[in-house]
Amino acid sequence: MSSHELKTGPLEYRTQEGQMTIMGFWIFLAAEIVLFSTLFATYAVLFGRTADSTPPGELFEPGIVLIMTFLLLTSSFTCGLAIHEMRRGSVKGLLIWMMITLLLGLGFLGFEIYEFIHYTHEGATMQSSAFWSAFFTLAGTHGLHVTLGIGWAILLLIQVAKRGLTPRTSRKFFVIGLYWHFLDVVWIFIFTSVYLIGMVV
Amino acid sequence: MAEHNKRIPMQHVVGFVLSIALTLLATWAALGSNLSTTWIISGIMILAVIQAGIQLFMFMHVVEFKSQNGHVPWNMMFHGAVLAAIIVAGSLFVMSFGFTHDHDGDDHQQHEQQEDDGQEQHDEGEHEGH
Amino acid sequence: MQLDEFFVTGEPLIYAGMVSIALVSAAILFILTYFKKWGWLWREWLTTVDHKKIGVMYILSALAMLFRGGADALMMRTQLAFPNMNFLNAQHYDEIFTTHGTVMIIFMAMPFLIGLMNVVVPLQIGARDVAFPYLNALSFWSFLFGAMLFNISFVIGGSPDAGWTSYTPLAGAAMSPGPGQNFYLMGLQLSGIGTLATGINFMVTILKMRAPGMKMFQMPIFTWSTLITSFIIVFAFPILTVALALMTLDRVFGAQFFTLTGEGMPMMWANLFWMWGHPEVYIVILPAFGIFSEVIATFARKQLFGYKAMVWAIILIAGLSFLVWVHHFFTMGAGAFVNSVFSISTMLIAVPTGVKIFNWLGTLYKSRINNTVAMMWSLAFIPSFVIGGVTGVMLGMASADYQFHNSYFLVAHFHYVLIAGTVFACFSGLVFWYPKMFGHKLNERLGKWSFWFFVIGFHVCFFPQYFAGLDGMPRRVFTIIPEWMPLNIISSVGAFGMGIGFAIFVFTVVYSYRYSEREKTGDSWDDGRTLEWATPTPVPFYNFATVPHINSMDAYVKLKEEGKTTFDEDKLEPIHMPSNTGQPFIMMAFLFVASFGVVFEWMWMAIAGLIAGVVMMVIRSFDYDEGFHVEIDEIKRTERSTRGL
Repeated sequence: MSSHELKTGPLEYRTQEGQMTIMGFWIFLAAEIVLFSTLFATYAVLFGRTADSTPPGELFEPGIVLIMTFLLLTSSFTCGLAIHEMRRGSVKGLLIWMMITLLLGLGFLGFEIYEFIHYTHEGATMQSSAFWSAFFTLAGTHGLHVTLGIGWAILLLIQVAKRGLTPRTSRKFFVIGLYWHFLDVVWIFIFTSVYLIGMVV
Repeated sequence: MAEHNKRIPMQHVVGFVLSIALTLLATWAALGSNLSTTWIISGIMILAVIQAGIQLFMFMHVVEFKSQNGHVPWNMMFHGAVLAAIIVAGSLFVMSFGFTHDHDGDDHQQHEQQEDDGQEQHDEGEHEGH
Repeated sequence: MQLDEFFVTGEPLIYAGMVSIALVSAAILFILTYFKKWGWLWREWLTTVDHKKIGVMYILSALAMLFRGGADALMMRTQLAFPNMNFLNAQHYDEIFTTHGTVMIIFMAMPFLIGLMNVVVPLQIGARDVAFPYLNALSFWSFLFGAMLFNISFVIGGSPDAGWTSYTPLAGAAMSPGPGQNFYLMGLQLSGIGTLATGINFMVTILKMRAPGMKMFQMPIFTWSTLITSFIIVFAFPILTVALALMTLDRVFGAQFFTLTGEGMPMMWANLFWMWGHPEVYIVILPAFGIFSEVIATFARKQLFGYKAMVWAIILIAGLSFLVWVHHFFTMGAGAFVNSVFSISTMLIAVPTGVKIFNWLGTLYKSRINNTVAMMWSLAFIPSFVIGGVTGVMLGMASADYQFHNSYFLVAHFHYVLIAGTVFACFSGLVFWYPKMFGHKLNERLGKWSFWFFVIGFHVCFFPQYFAGLDGMPRRVFTIIPEWMPLNIISSVGAFGMGIGFAIFVFTVVYSYRYSEREKTGDSWDDGRTLEWATPTPVPFYNFATVPHINSMDAYVKLKEEGKTTFDEDKLEPIHMPSNTGQPFIMMAFLFVASFGVVFEWMWMAIAGLIAGVVMMVIRSFDYDEGFHVEIDEIKRTERSTRGL
């Protein structure tokens, strides 16, 4: 519980509290890796078990999935720029790039919701077979993470607009930056092992 | 430290361009190339791992010295990746007995296997004959 | 839903349970109101973020759960003592062995150890609290509400009855309809959140908050085992979270993961469950090893023999714990190759465990042993655990396992490792650190009585079960055939011996509260080796007035030699401490409501509870409370009165 504050370096690392929170968040991300890899394992084991429902190869469309991927990759980039602006001390830069990030995230979510509704109309639902249960759970968990991330980032935008950049607000933004990049990592694996492989096999 | 003051962080731009390029490459490999399925799957999984590395090192600063977190972030990501491999590969390994989801049921599978065995024996026999 | 569907009806034992719950609740409400203790309860306990108080609450809850799980066990042993007993019917018996297993592992063993970690670890490393005190309170309340949710199942809605492993398809919606199994899923899910948070919290605490100068290889061994345990928690609990969520989706939302329709794979549940379940076994045994190491070193009055080997053994066990899960279901039929791989990895675990046994023996060798109750629990552990370990190696041989699987041989094995390992460690650790927590020792004479009743009862209870298993008695049967009667009678007698041991222990607590001498120094056993004994008793809420510079193992031994204390008047500075808060309690209460809604599939209630929980998280996000500072004058006053200066 030391309240000593360093005088140099990025704001988010200056207090011991900040350093500890960021470390704790990295550990949390490690737990998230395990969470998602369990979902991936379930998906892999249940792959092809579509029973009487439509197989994925007939439903997955490269176009939409590529657009979703580019939206999320770009949002990860703009999120990186937001954190870069924060380290330069620019509240305005942080706010602008973060809002762009969130808009891209919302775009991603919109496409994902459209995609899910589309599959449901084609008879592929959570209930139709083991494969589709695993698909919706894996992609849905990622989508839920994105949704939570957007809600959380909005709270932080309000806080930084009110309080400016302090060790605490910077730490919070740094942490959500890690979270957002991490969701991009997860999406890369969903894109590759679910969509691409689903279209190949 | 110089990185801080630059208007545009080159590291991020390079990372972004690379990840777009790798995504396109993976998509081409999967949908446009004539590679065999095994090569496609292993190839695009490797591309995915590289992309994850780009996110971790170029965007997330997994080895940022300033954080005073020592090796912890790197360490946790490494062990997370090991665990991910154990969970996914281990599950596939352990549950592989259940991969007979063709709709004809197990009998068919066993039957097929016996046929294969018979075929192999037959082949060997032929070799001896020559 | 009718009221008689909501409450469980038709069982005299359960009516008795309802009446006793009503009476105890009424008594608690009456006492709190009559003595005007509501404010005290809220200020001192429900809103506390102090790691020592949270630890005490964990331990008290765990003891209550030990009572509940023990009562279940005695009912089972009564039913199994004689052939054709009519004490419990098949359904009731199924419910009881399910709740016994779940309660003992999830709501007794883990919280008990986490409680001890909470009390001891920050003190051992010279920290003033854990890294995230707010999160720590959140962890506790999530555990307690999860445990409550699971425990009310026997009077409301009906208990789960598919075993603590809840194998599908039996546990699926088709074969176990109704809320029973949902209680299992949501109770574990809710408390699992807290366990994961505890893992993160302790990792950061130990890595970042050690006293200045204390290197990793100078940390007390219990702290080491906590660090490694936290590491396992972080990597294992998300698997359980997913497995539980998938089964919840199956049962409540009609998904097809583990079903027999829609090409689901019931055995995937076993795979996921044990991928968490095996590391879980080490989550409850590694801290126990840490406790035994501390107690043995203290009362053998020697430095722990082979400290570094011990640490590496713990790390190796942690690594291997993620590579052996299939040995829990060799008979699933994964094939000879899969079974061989996991059989070999299982055998490997015996190596580092053996190293540790020799470390303890080496510590005891040629030492002057101080035979206290805490030490007796630790000494009893070594031979008892070896019996459990050796039979474990027998079970680890895949081909032999086809004979032992699902028999009482297995039941005897895991009770030998879990009771002789974890439960003995809980008693040993509780007796050892009791004066630090409560300011007085437990009565040694009564403690020995409870020790002997429990340990002899334990062996009498479980040793015959190995032979019952070899005679072909399968586990989870609710009635026995005459051939197995002699062994089962002996076993039941032993079980009641353990029950008496526990009763004496509870009496010891009450007796010592009234009659034990109050502690005057911080070093209760005179031979304390680690920093927790450097603090005065009762420990001030800020733990250390000044944190000494550490440059060796067994830091307190060095301090005593140098005549230093943790109260260096020249170095006093104001101490920054976190503020108390009721938010964790309220947040988890809302999530309890949400989970209850899921259990009964009342979605309006689940959504309402979830929204309220999220609102609490938003409030937390906007909470910029900075804590407060303890001024130098107050520190001086506190230290002088507690140290008798």
